[in-house]
Amino acid sequence: MSIFEYNGSALVAMVGKNCFAIASDRRLGVNLQTIATDFQKIYKIHDRLYLGLSGLGTDAQTLYQRLVFRHKLYQLREERDMKPETFASLVSAILYEKRFGPYFCQPVIAGLSDEDKPFICTMDSIGAKELAKDFVVAGTASESLYGACEAMFKPDLEPEELFEVVSQALLSSVDRDCLSGWGGHVYVVTPTEVTERILKGRMD
Amino acid sequence: MKLDTSGLESIAPLFGASNELLDGLSTAPAFDLPSNVDLDGFLKETIQMVKPAKGTTTLAFIFKEGVIVAADSRASMGGYISSQSVKKIIEINPYMLGTMAGGAADCQFWHRNLGIKCRLHELANKRRISVTGASKLLANILYSYRGMGLSVGTMIAGWDETGPGLYYVDNDGGRLKGARFSVGSGSPYAYGVLDDGYRYDMSIEEAAELARRAIYHATFRDGASGGVASVYYVGPSGWKKLSGDDVGELHYHYYPVTAGTVEQEMVEVTGA
Repeated sequence: MSIFEYNGSALVAMVGKNCFAIASDRRLGVNLQTIATDFQKIYKIHDRLYLGLSGLGTDAQTLYQRLVFRHKLYQLREERDMKPETFASLVSAILYEKRFGPYFCQPVIAGLSDEDKPFICTMDSIGAKELAKDFVVAGTASESLYGACEAMFKPDLEPEELFEVVSQALLSSVDRDCLSGWGGHVYVVTPTEVTERILKGRMD
Repeated sequence: MKLDTSGLESIAPLFGASNELLDGLSTAPAFDLPSNVDLDGFLKETIQMVKPAKGTTTLAFIFKEGVIVAADSRASMGGYISSQSVKKIIEINPYMLGTMAGGAADCQFWHRNLGIKCRLHELANKRRISVTGASKLLANILYSYRGMGLSVGTMIAGWDETGPGLYYVDNDGGRLKGARFSVGSGSPYAYGVLDDGYRYDMSIEEAAELARRAIYHATFRDGASGGVASVYYVGPSGWKKLSGDDVGELHYHYYPVTAGTVEQEMVEVTGA
């Protein structure tokens, strides 16, 4: 089994009308053994920028700490928050630094620009950026997530509808994956507010 | 090249040598074998390649009133869940059940084969086969295929003239008699619950609940187990299915969600 599948994860981000949603499962396992069902995989960078890290849990946390550190230095020097595009380039650069001994993580970045334009993007473990207009997925359930999102996504959804779509896509996808699930965690970010919800899911 | 398994045959032709009805029924199945120098190794590798490996939790135990058999219903190929509705408890005859862990095809085929053999035994001897006898029939067949890549981990449970019977049989020919077994990737978790809650003098209801709980806890911890927890009971008048509960609902039955904090603050990194 691949090191990317050691802990198990499912991540998805979707674009709506002037908003975005980012969602993850809540499982932390060691191969097939479930260790925890309240594991955080989505991290807040600032009020309108979120980062999801799938893959190896230990690398995800280390990578997150380095990114927060770099973002704080940026804030101090520039006296403003990073734009999502800039942050994506930062993540990419930090990942490529470890080209021959990578972090075993596949990040998902979702944010709102200053003009309230949503931005989503994913990367492989060595920083190859993949920008998308509709949705991005990552983790052990990524194949099922592609299928579910492809079928359920509609452009320009309002925040409430977007929450519904992203949640249904997540929950149905993790039902086809042994290594992810055990509940869900969804953020919907609009220019004015952020809603965070915990989803009940099948606990098997 | 063919594998000759005629030596395994326990039932001698009943009505002379050339009874067309029994041809092909009474002979043990023979399979074409690949002509390969390292036959056993080749088979093992090939079968590992094509077989949908199946994570499982199954359990069975004997108690005062009879035998309880329970299992989950998930089939997985690697990390992918290929089905959530597999019948892992196989009904061999009205008094005997088999459980399925390992390769789905191997288990299904050899349990069906065992069912045929048990029925023929019944017709020839005018009485039902004992659980001991049936399990040995299966163990002997599996032993003859030892090292060729069969993957079977099963429990044969039933009620015969001597009362309740329970045997564990596996693909390398092992056959164990016992009062309590669990087989599959989720078995350590199931054993934990089972060993803790087991008493010989349980009622049928208590025993069924223990089995269901053991399967539930295994599906919770084991990624390769899940779906439906089915519980069967075998008593003096044969087997009966007692329950089949969706584990997704069972979790919230055992652990109802109390209304708590839905929204919470993200934890800030300290000292940065």
